[in-house]
Amino acid sequence: MDKFTTLSGIAAPMPLVNIDTDMIIPKNFLKTIKRSGLGVNLFDEMRYNLDGSEKPDFVLNKPAYRNAEIIVAGENFGCGSSREHAPWALLDFGIRCVISTSYADIFYNNCFKNGILPIVLTKEQVDKLMEDAERGANARITVDLEAQTVSASDGTTFAFEVDPFKKHCMLNGLDDIGLTMEKSAAIDTFEAQYQAQNPWS
Amino acid sequence: MTAPKTLYDKIWNAHIAHEDADGTCLLYIDRHLVHEVTSPQAFEGLRLSGRKVRAPEKTIAVPDHNVPTTLDRASGVIENEESRIQVEALDKNARDFGVVYYPVSDVRQGIVHIVGPEQGWTLPGMTVVCGDSHTATHGAFGALAHGIGTSEVEHVLATQTLIQKKSKNMKVEITGKLLPGVTAKDITLSVIGATGTAGGTGYVIEYCGEAIRDLSMEGRMTVCNMAIEGGARAGLIAPDEKTFQYVMGRPHAPKGGAWELALAYWKTLFTDADARFDKVLTLKGEDIAPVVTWGTSPEDVLPITSTVPSPDDFEGGKVEAVKRSLEYMGLTPGQKLTDIKIDTVFIGSCTNGRIEDLRAAAAVLKGKKIKDGMRAMVVPGSGLVRAQAEEEGLAQIFLDAGFEWRLAGCSMCLAMNPDQLQPGERCAATSNRNFEGRQGRGGRTHLLSPAMAAAAAITGHLTDIRDF
Ligand code: SF4
Repeated sequence: MDKFTTLSGIAAPMPLVNIDTDMIIPKNFLKTIKRSGLGVNLFDEMRYNLDGSEKPDFVLNKPAYRNAEIIVAGENFGCGSSREHAPWALLDFGIRCVISTSYADIFYNNCFKNGILPIVLTKEQVDKLMEDAERGANARITVDLEAQTVSASDGTTFAFEVDPFKKHCMLNGLDDIGLTMEKSAAIDTFEAQYQAQNPWS
Repeated sequence: MTAPKTLYDKIWNAHIAHEDADGTCLLYIDRHLVHEVTSPQAFEGLRLSGRKVRAPEKTIAVPDHNVPTTLDRASGVIENEESRIQVEALDKNARDFGVVYYPVSDVRQGIVHIVGPEQGWTLPGMTVVCGDSHTATHGAFGALAHGIGTSEVEHVLATQTLIQKKSKNMKVEITGKLLPGVTAKDITLSVIGATGTAGGTGYVIEYCGEAIRDLSMEGRMTVCNMAIEGGARAGLIAPDEKTFQYVMGRPHAPKGGAWELALAYWKTLFTDADARFDKVLTLKGEDIAPVVTWGTSPEDVLPITSTVPSPDDFEGGKVEAVKRSLEYMGLTPGQKLTDIKIDTVFIGSCTNGRIEDLRAAAAVLKGKKIKDGMRAMVVPGSGLVRAQAEEEGLAQIFLDAGFEWRLAGCSMCLAMNPDQLQPGERCAATSNRNFEGRQGRGGRTHLLSPAMAAAAAITGHLTDIRDF
C-alpha cells in the first residue's frame, strides 16, 4: 500500500447522496483477476452509454476533472456490498481521498486497507469544499494527514478526525501484511522451532 | 496439572506464532491451498508490493472451479474467456512464485479439497487454509482447516500466518450405529437440520461418537465438508488408526523416521477427558434416516419418507423464507418427497466426489439404466479418482447406465463452467449448496447422498434407497 501523507489535487464534486458500491463498480466487473485495471469501469453505468461512448455530463468525463484525485461526495458514500472492488476501482482511477459527511462502514474500512483516505467533515464544511470543487482545475484542495487538516483553495482550513492507529498505518503505508511483517522476527523464531519439532510439516 | 484441552485447543496452541494483548493471534499456517477464482488479486498484490510467497513449498495450487469437465478439454482451450483467463493466471502465478502446482493437464488435478488429502498434503494436527469455504473438509484428518477471503489469501502467501481470534468449542456427537442405507451425507445434513445454518457460527465443531469413528476417511471428509453449511468456522475429527492408514504412503506424507515422529505426535491429538465444550449436540445414529433437501438452504432437510412442509410449520422470518423457497422450488406443501420428479442428476463435488462415493453410486446403478430423458453425470473429484474408478470398472457401469463420465473439477456444483441447469430444471445433486441459482439461474437443487442420487437417476424421482 502506498503511503499517504499530503495530497494537493483536483477534487471532483459528486453531490449525490447514497452513492453505492454498485454505482462505483457494477457487478459484471467482479469476475476480473485483477485489483488494478478497474479504473476504466469506475462508475461505469453513470459514466458510459450502452454503446460504450462517454456521457459528457458525468463529472469525471469533463476535461477539468479527468485527473481528479479527490471526490467530494454527498452523505453515505460507499453503501451497499462489501466488495473491495470499489476502493480498488477508485484507486486505479487515481482517487486517493474522498470527502463526505458519512460513509458505509465496510467501505470506510476497505478504503484504509487500500491507501484511500476517507475524510468525514460537517455538512457546512463539505458544502464549502463542494463549491470549491465546482470550480474545477482552478481550485485545488489540499489534505495533510499528519496535521489532520483539509484546506480549500482560498486557504480556509478544516480539521478532521481519524483513528490514531489507522492514521499510523496510512502515514507509513502499512497494511495488515505490512503490520504482520513487522512481527516477522516472531514468525521466524516460531517457524524455526516448529519446523525442528515437526520436521514433516 | 494442565487443564484438559479439546482437540481444537491443542492444534490452536501449537500454531500461535504471536499473540497480542487483546487475544488476536498470528496463527502459523502449515498448508495453503489455492485455486483460480479467489487468488488472482492476492498474487497481484504480492507483485505490486514486491513481495514473495514466504513458503512456496507449503502452498499448493490447482485449478478446479472454472475448468470444463467434458472430454474435449484435453484439446486445451477453455472457451469461456473469463474462465480461461482465470485459469491461465493461476498457471502463470504458480510458475512465477514457484508454488506446488497441478495444472489441468496433470492426472493429479482435481477439486482442491480432494487433491490435498489425496497427495498427503493434508496431515493430522496441521493448520490448513484456502480461499474457499469448504476448506473445512480437511478437518476429517484432525487438521484445523479454515476458509479465508482474498485479502487473507495474500496475507498467508506473504507471511504464512493468518490473523485470527480463537473460536468457541462445540461438540457434535453421533452415538451408536447407522442403519442400512444411511451415509455420511445423511449425518452431515441431519446435523445442519438440527442446528440450522447459523447454529455453528462462532464455533469450531468436533465431530465424535461411535457413528463417526465407524466412518471411512472419505465419509469423515463428507461430514466435515459441510461444517461450514452449519455456520461453523471449521469441523474436526480426531485422527485414529484409520486416519494414519489413509495417510501412510501418500506422496507427501512423512516417511521412515519422520513418519514415526509424526505418528507419535498425532496420537496425542484428541480431546482430553473432561475438556470443556461451549456447546454440545448429540444425535443417535439410529435416529438418522436417509435425507434430502426440499428448499433453498441446506437446513431445509427432511427424511426421504416425509412430505414437503408448509410455511405454517415454521416461525418468525423463516415463514417468509419457506414461502419464497417453495415457490422457487416449484413444490406444494403436503407433496410426498418421493413424488418429486427429477430431470438431472449430478454426482461429484468436494462433498461426494471421492472413490467411495462413486462405488456407492455404481453399486446402485449396476446392470440398470437411467430413466429416459434423464441427464446424468458423474464428475470425479480428481484425475486419480477417475483413473481408479476406471480400473475398478465403475466407469463402465456409469456409462452402461447412461451417465456421462466426466473429467475432474467442481463442475455443476457451482456452475461456473458450462455445466449449468436451465431455469426450472430439477437436479438431484451430491454437492453441498442448494441456494437459488447455485447450479444455474432458476435451477432447482435437491441435496442427497450418492446412492440416493443414483436411485433417483433410475426412477426419475426422489427415491428412498431402502426400498431399492
Ligand atoms: S466442488 Fe463445489 S463446494 Fe467444492 S470447492 Fe468446488 S465449487 Fe466449492
